Amino acid sequence: MARSVKQPDAPLPPGTPAPPIDAPVSPDQRLSLEQFRGAPLVLVFYPADWSPVCSDELSLFNELLPEFERLGAKVVGVSCDGVWCHQAFARERGLHMMLASDFHPKGALSRAYHVYREDDGVCERALFVIDPEGKIFWSYVSPMEVNPGADGVLDALERLTGTFSSEAAGGQSQQEASP
Amino acid sequence: MSRLRIPVGSQDHLIGPPTARLTFVEYGDFECPYCGAAYWEVNKVLAAMGDQLRYVFRHFPLTEAHPFAMQAAEAAEAADAQGRFWEMHRLLYENQEALDAESLLAYARTLDLDMGRFARDLSEHRFLERIRRDFMGGVRSGVSGTPGFFINGRGYLGDFSAPALLSVLQGGDVGVPDYS
Repeated sequence: MARSVKQPDAPLPPGTPAPPIDAPVSPDQRLSLEQFRGAPLVLVFYPADWSPVCSDELSLFNELLPEFERLGAKVVGVSCDGVWCHQAFARERGLHMMLASDFHPKGALSRAYHVYREDDGVCERALFVIDPEGKIFWSYVSPMEVNPGADGVLDALERLTGTFSSEAAGGQSQQEASP
Repeated sequence: MSRLRIPVGSQDHLIGPPTARLTFVEYGDFECPYCGAAYWEVNKVLAAMGDQLRYVFRHFPLTEAHPFAMQAAEAAEAADAQGRFWEMHRLLYENQEALDAESLLAYARTLDLDMGRFARDLSEHRFLERIRRDFMGGVRSGVSGTPGFFINGRGYLGDFSAPALLSVLQGGDVGVPDYS
């Protein structure tokens, strides 16, 4: 794919095979990328449970779950909090999406997607759309304090579901200029 | 991000003349406390701007976070069907702590609405689709939380106190309306 130079503040770009996922989503359940083969996956990286912007951001994605379902996509939140923290957070906020814990080894998943902030020990506020074959289709990093909204993800999903079935795979990734 | 994708049109609830130089759109949720705070600020803005401003309210209920937000939005629409949207809008924001079904009926009574029709519109969820359309239009325009503001089609992410809003609205660089 185009540029393989690692920019610490750039998320893995479109066209890149999505790095494997092996992270717990509950005390006794782990998540893997293979589970999502055949359907688009939206990864919502957010810095921490409970912090106000994150909660708004997840509330919005939570509200939009029926819309994502209509587009055939699954949504998973990711932060470096532990599973028990995730559980309490999800219960308190009525979140219905899975929250993956990138707590141990800390930040491994975020690092693999180039969205870990070494200085802060948390992940970026980043969004990824992964295509049904496990390749990154769209990615975006938002400034920490800015809720990125869901328009970029929905636009990407529509392009993906509109184009993917007709175009034979082939990494026809559309690089999105930051919205 | 954050350009208004759904132009202001006849489907909208609006205050102010169509010829106004400025169009100010709010995506709001009747149960959201920030929207409740913004309500008073927007009122001051409207009073100060007079005919220079056209104000539009669109629904953005975050129903998972705010269990009464959708029925409150439906009540506003049901009142609209009887020509009383803004009166209901005022009652809802001034009584944010009481948006249960019984309170909504009480507000409708206060406004002297046709109660049979109002109750039926609510129970049949006659305006649910319209509210969802407002919401999705907001999402696609980059609204990420409430209140979500647009000034002449451009997302406004700043402070929503009346002085801050007025300084932007009166300050000049707000672009030209991209719709008529």
